[in-house]
Amino acid sequence: MELIFEKSQAGRRAGRVPSYGLPVPEVPAGLARSTPPRLPELAENEIVRHFTNLADRNFGIDTGFYPLGSCTMKYNPRVNEKLAALPGFANLHPHQEDEGAQGALELMWELQQILAEVAGLPAVTLQPAAGSQGELTGLMLMRAYFNDRGEGGRRDTIITADTAHGTNPASVTMAGFRLEKVATTERGNLDLDDLRAKVNERTAGLMLTNPSTLGLFDENIVEVAEIFHDAGALLYYDGANLNAVVGISRPGDMGFDIVHYNLHKTFSQPHGGGGPGGGPVAVRDALEPFLPSPQVVRDGDVFRLDHDRPKSIGRVRGFAGPFGVFVRSYAFMRAYGPELRAMSETAVLNANYLLARLKDAYELPYDRLCMHEFVLSARRLKREHGITALDVAKRLMDYDIHPPTVYFPLVVPEALMIEPTETEPKERLDAFVDVMLRIAAEAADAPELLKDAPHERPVRRLDEVKAAKEPIVKHGFGDAAREGALRAAGR
Amino acid sequence: MTAGYLSLTERDREEMLEAIGVSSMEELFAQIPAAVRLDRELDVPPALTEAELFRHLEELAAKNAHAGVELSFLGAGIYDHYVPAIVDTVLQRGEFLTAYTPYQPEMSQGVLQAIFEYQTVICELTGMDVSNASGYDGFTVAADACFIAKHHTGRSKVVLCETLNPQLRQVVKTYAPGFGLEIVEVPHDGGTTDPERLAAAAVGAGIVIFPQPNFFGCLEPAPDLAQAAKEAGALAVAHVDITSLGVLEAPGAYGCDIAIGEGQGIGNAQSYGGPHYGFLAARSEFIRRMPGRIVGETTDLNGDRGFVLTLQTREQHIRREKATSNMTTNQTLLSLGGLVTLAWLGPQGLRELGETCMALVGYAAERIHLPAAFDRPAFKELALRTPIPARDVIRAARERGVHPGYALGRDVEGMDDVLLVAFTEKRTPAEIDRLAGVLAEVCS
Repeated sequence: MELIFEKSQAGRRAGRVPSYGLPVPEVPAGLARSTPPRLPELAENEIVRHFTNLADRNFGIDTGFYPLGSCTMKYNPRVNEKLAALPGFANLHPHQEDEGAQGALELMWELQQILAEVAGLPAVTLQPAAGSQGELTGLMLMRAYFNDRGEGGRRDTIITADTAHGTNPASVTMAGFRLEKVATTERGNLDLDDLRAKVNERTAGLMLTNPSTLGLFDENIVEVAEIFHDAGALLYYDGANLNAVVGISRPGDMGFDIVHYNLHKTFSQPHGGGGPGGGPVAVRDALEPFLPSPQVVRDGDVFRLDHDRPKSIGRVRGFAGPFGVFVRSYAFMRAYGPELRAMSETAVLNANYLLARLKDAYELPYDRLCMHEFVLSARRLKREHGITALDVAKRLMDYDIHPPTVYFPLVVPEALMIEPTETEPKERLDAFVDVMLRIAAEAADAPELLKDAPHERPVRRLDEVKAAKEPIVKHGFGDAAREGALRAAGR
Repeated sequence: MTAGYLSLTERDREEMLEAIGVSSMEELFAQIPAAVRLDRELDVPPALTEAELFRHLEELAAKNAHAGVELSFLGAGIYDHYVPAIVDTVLQRGEFLTAYTPYQPEMSQGVLQAIFEYQTVICELTGMDVSNASGYDGFTVAADACFIAKHHTGRSKVVLCETLNPQLRQVVKTYAPGFGLEIVEVPHDGGTTDPERLAAAAVGAGIVIFPQPNFFGCLEPAPDLAQAAKEAGALAVAHVDITSLGVLEAPGAYGCDIAIGEGQGIGNAQSYGGPHYGFLAARSEFIRRMPGRIVGETTDLNGDRGFVLTLQTREQHIRREKATSNMTTNQTLLSLGGLVTLAWLGPQGLRELGETCMALVGYAAERIHLPAAFDRPAFKELALRTPIPARDVIRAARERGVHPGYALGRDVEGMDDVLLVAFTEKRTPAEIDRLAGVLAEVCS
């Protein structure tokens, strides 16, 4: 499809800006724009058509089934969009004095209360912009905590599972810690012997998601927590998989000291093609003084932003956080009330149903009941028919189903990580099973169908290696020399 | 009562439990040790129907003094710019709104092409070669730039101008211990940064970040600041107001290595500070150190053009502890709002936007009888000296239905008598007259 720049005609335009008939002051010499930016020049109807055509070439939860493991692609209630757009929220300036923002602050404070109850930990910051920023915030809290206890220089190591999300090790490095990995047993739990051998006086903490990225609840979590707490270290809960346990089991009760939530996963903020998200963090009392500043607090009937936090790690993003995300998640939680538990129960039921129906046609590396997601392996298809997890993923597209997460977690070869979420009806699940079984049969009977897939999308299989080898990361406006220079630099 | 977002009937549940081979829901949770199972209901407020929910949130929203209630001249980083109607039309399309990060490109050509177009417009505005697909906001991208510089130059010294938004400086300071950064701040001279003073501070630095225009609304001698940074061997980074780039020079044209900024003013509501998008663009040599997502052009099996997430070996899900950032979720939907708005404005509209902001500043300077705090050209914000503390001016003006701006003393020492007033294209001369009248009244 044409780029919007290729539809552009010099002199055509859509929006106009009022001038109020005022004289335009001159920009001081040397500071004025010398070359106008080559922005698109189109009338409004063609802009709308362009983006509508692009939307037609995209796939969302609204389009169809989207069982992308670990991403928790649940239905996004539309009332939440209308609520976030209420003028009293959308038009509120972040520098508005607290007394002029009481509704926003009350909503944030109430959200903090609900999140604290869900985590089983008393204090919450809403500031982080995403789960990954929540992770970094949690690690900075650990650093501040140990510095405050005079142990800062000594505790330099964070332990993660070998099945961890890539964000965990990346956050560990960015926070200035050393990374140590612990193995997973054949049953999918952390290897306690390996763990005991690695935890020592240099250990600052553990980062763990429970249930794990294998979709399994770590049955030894109480012992794991003991090992770390006995060593004076802290436990960090990666909340990416929280959707499995809301109202059923609380990270704080499991022994975790710090928890981040992914509001876009568990609490229905639309993912928007990659964002925005929200990554609040909850902590035990001992860590509360270090939470980012400002903090939403309540004094009697009045809510305010508390900037007077002498031990705070500081500010991790602008203002008080991604407020529009808070409105949506708060509305979602208020729509459920205590029945949030039914959300998680149904997510687990849906996942186990798919697992039960698919485990014979595909290999199940960890043959246990799962939580809200599970990992299959296409290893046998590869061995017997040369069909990879990626081929299965691409073929699913021909049946109008978004593929599951593939090649993650890294410890499972040819991994297909499936998460149906709680909002899907049984008919969708059954239809997915039918397609997956059909694809397994195709792998044996007509493997070329899978290798060439997808056949029914606007583009055929794309060359990702070429894109990385010769990066073209912006439109060249026919200026081949500049594009060539960029390609050379990228290589 | 359960929210209507769940689809299973009682019969579905029974059939599914049977297919799984368990007798009850309880059995599904047997793997969770009893000691860590919650044996009571969650203690959260009761469920609301959609109509009740709407009323409850409308009541909360009504407690906020938003732009529709008082005439507001608040700025200081977030601005009341006009958002074209078509932004909502595009962003509420479910195919954009409810999609995930485009890991499967054949299923996601729409958002991938949109990000490629976004990267292109950001490069055009900033005069850079490469843009990522967006950062969390206009302040965290400064920390990202410091991370790039540390790895590129091997130097840990960071120079920040005191004319940068204080919140940006606070964010960089929060990130500094983990990154191993040492921060030096350069004070302003009469509202802008003195290039010689910056040059002295930049010795041995890996990065220099300066604003254009700055937190006080003033235009910095940006080309001289960039040159001072370069001569010291540091990366020159401009933190720019995206709405100014139709009239002010592109950072790439005066030698910057990286350009960063907050995208809110183009296509996003103020929304009490978020979500918004931060942009980060750089010269091509930094492409492999860029944080976050980047979309690249490629071809499919038939040789047709298509788009994919590219250079993923920089990213956390591949490179893990050696990644250039831990970022996964970015701000795609907000940056799409930016792209739609920039397409709607076009080059002519963006220039008009900047010109109108400057014209309104000029008009306000004539109409408001308070002295300017700094004798410098301004872009869309004017710092005014008040005869009583600016906080008191704000309190008194708000009683008259006008929010006159931001009290610089909230962030900057010694500036309790400075009021920072923002003029977007939405503020009319008549509204400025009203502001002038109110200020005359409360300052007399």
